[in-house]
Amino acid sequence: MNATTSSPNVTIPAVVLDLQTQLLAYLTLAANYFYRLPGSSIVLRYIKSSYQDDPVRSAVELFLFLFAVRYLLAPKYSTRETGSRGKGEVKLSEEEIDELVEDWTPEPLVPPQTAFEENEMEKRPIIVGPTGPKVKLSNGRTVTNLASFNFYNLLSSEHLKDSAIQTLRTYGVGPCGPPGFYGTQDVHNRVEADIAAHLGVAACILYAQAFSTISSVIPAFSKRGDVIVADSAVGYSIRKGLQISRSTVRWFQHGDMADLERVLKKVVQEGKGRQLTRRFIVAEGISEMVGDIPDLAALVELKTKYKFRLILDETHSYGVLGAHGRGLTEYAHVDATSVDMITGSLAGALCAGGGFCAGSDEVVEHQRISAAAYTYSAALPAMLATTASETIRLLTMGGPEAIRQLRESIKVMRAQLDPRSDWVRCTSAIEGPILILVLKDEVVRQRNLDRDDQEWLFQDIVDECLTNGVMITRLKAMPVMIGSNPREDGWQPTPALKVCVTTGLSKKEIEKAGVVIRHAITKIMKRGESQMKRISDSSR
Amino acid sequence: MPSLVNPFSKDSNTNSTTLDAYDEKKTIRRSSVGKAGSRLTSFFSTSPKNRSSDASLHSTASQQTPFSASNQINSATLSLPTISLSTATGEKSKTEGPLTLFQPPSPVEVRRVQRQHAQFGPLGSKNHLYSSRFEGGEFPDPIEDEPPYFFLLTTYVSYLILIIFGHVRDFFGKRFREERYRHLKAQNGYAPLNSDFDNFYVRRLKGRINDCFSRPITGVPGRFITLLDRRRGESDFKFQFTGTTTETLNMSSYNYLGFAQSEGPCAEAVEACIRKNGFSTSSTRSESGNTDLHLETEELIAKFVRKPAAMVFSMGFVTNASSFPALVGRGCLIISDELNHSSIRFGARLSGAMIEMFKHNDMNDLERLLRRVISQGQPRTHRPWKKILVAVEGLYSMEGTMCNLPGLVRLRNKYKFNLFVDEAHSIGALGPQGRGVCDYFGIDTSEVDILMGTLTKSFGANGGYIAAEKHIVDKLKATNAATMFGEAPTPPVLTQICSALRIIIGDVAPGHGEERLQRLAFNSRYLRLGLKRLGFIIYGHDDSPIIPLLLYNPGKMPAFSHEMLRRKISVVVVGYPATPLASSRARFCVSAAHTKDDLDRMLAACDQIGEVLQLKFSSGIAGGAEPIPEGLTNAEEASIAQQLENGASVTIKPPRWRLEEVLKRTVDDVKDPLR
Ligand SMILES: Cc1ncc(COP(=O)(O)O)c(C=O)c1O
Repeated sequence: MNATTSSPNVTIPAVVLDLQTQLLAYLTLAANYFYRLPGSSIVLRYIKSSYQDDPVRSAVELFLFLFAVRYLLAPKYSTRETGSRGKGEVKLSEEEIDELVEDWTPEPLVPPQTAFEENEMEKRPIIVGPTGPKVKLSNGRTVTNLASFNFYNLLSSEHLKDSAIQTLRTYGVGPCGPPGFYGTQDVHNRVEADIAAHLGVAACILYAQAFSTISSVIPAFSKRGDVIVADSAVGYSIRKGLQISRSTVRWFQHGDMADLERVLKKVVQEGKGRQLTRRFIVAEGISEMVGDIPDLAALVELKTKYKFRLILDETHSYGVLGAHGRGLTEYAHVDATSVDMITGSLAGALCAGGGFCAGSDEVVEHQRISAAAYTYSAALPAMLATTASETIRLLTMGGPEAIRQLRESIKVMRAQLDPRSDWVRCTSAIEGPILILVLKDEVVRQRNLDRDDQEWLFQDIVDECLTNGVMITRLKAMPVMIGSNPREDGWQPTPALKVCVTTGLSKKEIEKAGVVIRHAITKIMKRGESQMKRISDSSR
Repeated sequence: MPSLVNPFSKDSNTNSTTLDAYDEKKTIRRSSVGKAGSRLTSFFSTSPKNRSSDASLHSTASQQTPFSASNQINSATLSLPTISLSTATGEKSKTEGPLTLFQPPSPVEVRRVQRQHAQFGPLGSKNHLYSSRFEGGEFPDPIEDEPPYFFLLTTYVSYLILIIFGHVRDFFGKRFREERYRHLKAQNGYAPLNSDFDNFYVRRLKGRINDCFSRPITGVPGRFITLLDRRRGESDFKFQFTGTTTETLNMSSYNYLGFAQSEGPCAEAVEACIRKNGFSTSSTRSESGNTDLHLETEELIAKFVRKPAAMVFSMGFVTNASSFPALVGRGCLIISDELNHSSIRFGARLSGAMIEMFKHNDMNDLERLLRRVISQGQPRTHRPWKKILVAVEGLYSMEGTMCNLPGLVRLRNKYKFNLFVDEAHSIGALGPQGRGVCDYFGIDTSEVDILMGTLTKSFGANGGYIAAEKHIVDKLKATNAATMFGEAPTPPVLTQICSALRIIIGDVAPGHGEERLQRLAFNSRYLRLGLKRLGFIIYGHDDSPIIPLLLYNPGKMPAFSHEMLRRKISVVVVGYPATPLASSRARFCVSAAHTKDDLDRMLAACDQIGEVLQLKFSSGIAGGAEPIPEGLTNAEEASIAQQLENGASVTIKPPRWRLEEVLKRTVDDVKDPLR
């Protein structure tokens, strides 16, 4: 194109000259080919004319073109895991592959049930009819129910039933779609606003299930490279959230603020001089596995000091703690806005369904497109949303009285168990309606009981209680990853009994049930050691 | 007993007929609630509550009834062809606002029927029924047509322009309007909550068309769906409700069998259940959330999908998320279709197993992969895999394609892997009896190890299920985290599932369920064929009720959505990242609740919008061919096509039927193999 413009310079050494002529030859060749391309003249004419008319336009176009090329050539992310291919692969002939395929025998999809699982399944009570403070079982007996999260006995409220039916008759049952695709009904917006107002934060997002809320909230914010400092006793769904997030997870001793500070300091230290990453603290309002309450004021102070964000899982404390059931923030007199994300359940104390995450507008709106269990799952049935709205209203209005009653009931139940029983102690906070009872340390030591032994004992106690007309449950161990090394199974809760108090029972009834539980514990624990050993051996 | 002892609880049959239920509900209301209970109940039922609950009743009622008012205004101000079309086809629906505007208040009965038909349209003619099943032979891959290169090019250019504009705006915005971008920067020691890079797409691309997503609704998402009108504020880009509503034709909800209803046998049963069993169990399945209703539902589901046992969950997402970790782990391999749903990926990642993907529905790619992984064993150690689980979906919600089950079963028998089929969209929606892909293909369910499905879609309920051999389900019930820590499904939801299943099976209201299935099958084929004939590029298999219409250009997504909304039709538009960059699409979900008139209205709307937005660019290779000349039967034509194919070049004429032709001929042609 500009082949004629260059003039040979005498001072240039021969090699360079040589190069130059060669280059020119190539250029002419390329130009020739270019001219021969169909449509090339149009392009040329276009460039020429556009340059004359408007050089800026050409510049923009050139920029656009270069940008496009760069964009198209940008490396694509591979969806394949790199470890599975490449160097380590062995070359095999088709026959060899056929043979290997022939030889391969997979394990059965699931292993057989263990004796413990079988026993538990067999004994799992089946409730017939409604759930309430008293339930009827499939064997025809009516028992006292201390296993549901029906703390305020809202389940028996005729008013809530009316409201649920009213909703049914207006909205049907399911919303038939995820929230992003016409699944958001006005009742969902309303309950979100109700929760936000109840907690005193800017916004709230409603999930269709409480269990999957926190496992989606954590990975929506925390990504690979970010750091999460978590309480070592957090429950299963938090752990799964941590796992999915692929962030760096550090643990602090359960409820130990001094240890938390140590870990925070260390993380800040390690992060010095590197790019600032997001940092989170994850803790529970009432611990699912232990039952105690963390020192929120200290948590907030530490998180502010070390510039972490706090994710507080109030699954078991929302609707329970504080004078109006606003959860740990109300209980600890901490402004809810100083906690960055509060997740909670509407399926427990509130007797509806679904979960939520409350926080600032930014926190909530971000989840609407990036929290998997929200974006890719159908919305909550309308009637559960309106039920939640109603129960929140009831709690706000009648809260102090209802919660006072609940405390009374808890006190009555505890009085029968914690100081009185020789065998167990309660690890729950006194405000917690779920009493978690573990074996006293000296009992475990004396009898040399391992986890399995304790689980068997507690299962027997649960069965014994049921025989005597009281339904309670056991704290479940967390399932471990299949095929994982037993050493890396990680933290497991101490085996325990779970007793859920409800105000649907009179003081007398609670007392009576408490006595039944205490006696059942004593009976099973006093059973001959030989018998116990036999049972636990059969579990192996 | 000073507590709630239900005198009727010995009656374990929760699905008693409605009359009983009504009687019961009255008696229960009278039954005394115990001391402690009544203390609280009475405490909770002080007068202010009643007042405000009345108020809330009123507000819901006022949302229900005056639809027509707002509609009338809207439809009166918009003189759109749609309306004249619906009148022309003699459709009796509430969309004919102007007709009712000046009439005296209609009798209660008319209102009731109107309301009923807004949820589930009446069947126009016995001709509008069809039963779909796999016809045998090789299961074809659907043909994916491509638009002329010009459209692909402009699509990429559009994205480029959007991206460049976004960057330019960011560049200046970050300098001159710092307060708006503060959340993207580290501030006083906190890293930004979401990174600038991740957030770019949302801010600059999705943000522009936010009004096409998350449109809030009220009432039942049935045949019609009532949108709450909203407007975007001038300054803060937030939506404000205008207080009016618009009733639109619902082409967006996963209401395949039309069970989203607030009346009829399902709603009756649910109401009775709430009266009798309450609205929640407030517990997990493994604690006290294990009721006879759960077991009954599980039994019914197992019977329906033809597996020995089943278990239910309170969420479809978590069904996958918790079941993969309970089935596979380290040393195992999950082979997943590349387009699998997020919940499958979620579960697969949690399980700790290795994950490989194969090309969507490509059995050759899968076989190649299987041969490689089985022969190579685990990476590094080369030990054989403990288990290999192949996970596919029955019906893909973005593509409208079905899994190639015959191909998968063939490979399963050869390579001995375990097969997991997620029937979220296919259960109820496919097969002559609505029992999912196995039913559709006529394949014995023992050929599939795990049948998973959701109850959110076809059954108008909520939750998910796993169906498998009894020992597998028993083990899962003991080891699945969601049964231990997740809330149990609630009684009303279970009742909805049970009654929907009973209707489909035919135990309740015989013939009704079958009609729903056949209407869905007809509607799916009808709309699909109609759109193809009009000249649109449509993805997916013929019998699938999910119909994606390809738009390509990102700018056409909001345009299409708005044009549809102007014609009072709700559609879903999806683009990157839910689809590949270039293939943005609108997705229609057909329902048994739709009448043929609804679909005609849809076709007419698409026809008009397709002209305006230049969407008719199919080449004809995917079907929708011109009518067969007189005297030729389908079979003869096929043989001609065969000959032509053997003799090399076949010229296919791009189908561009006139709307009248489509409406005239498509009903009959739907019953033949689509062409
Ligand atoms: C294939 C697939 N699996 C699972 C789910 C999740 O079901 P649910 O909406 O009930 O949570 C969906 C829903 O979108 C889906 O499409």
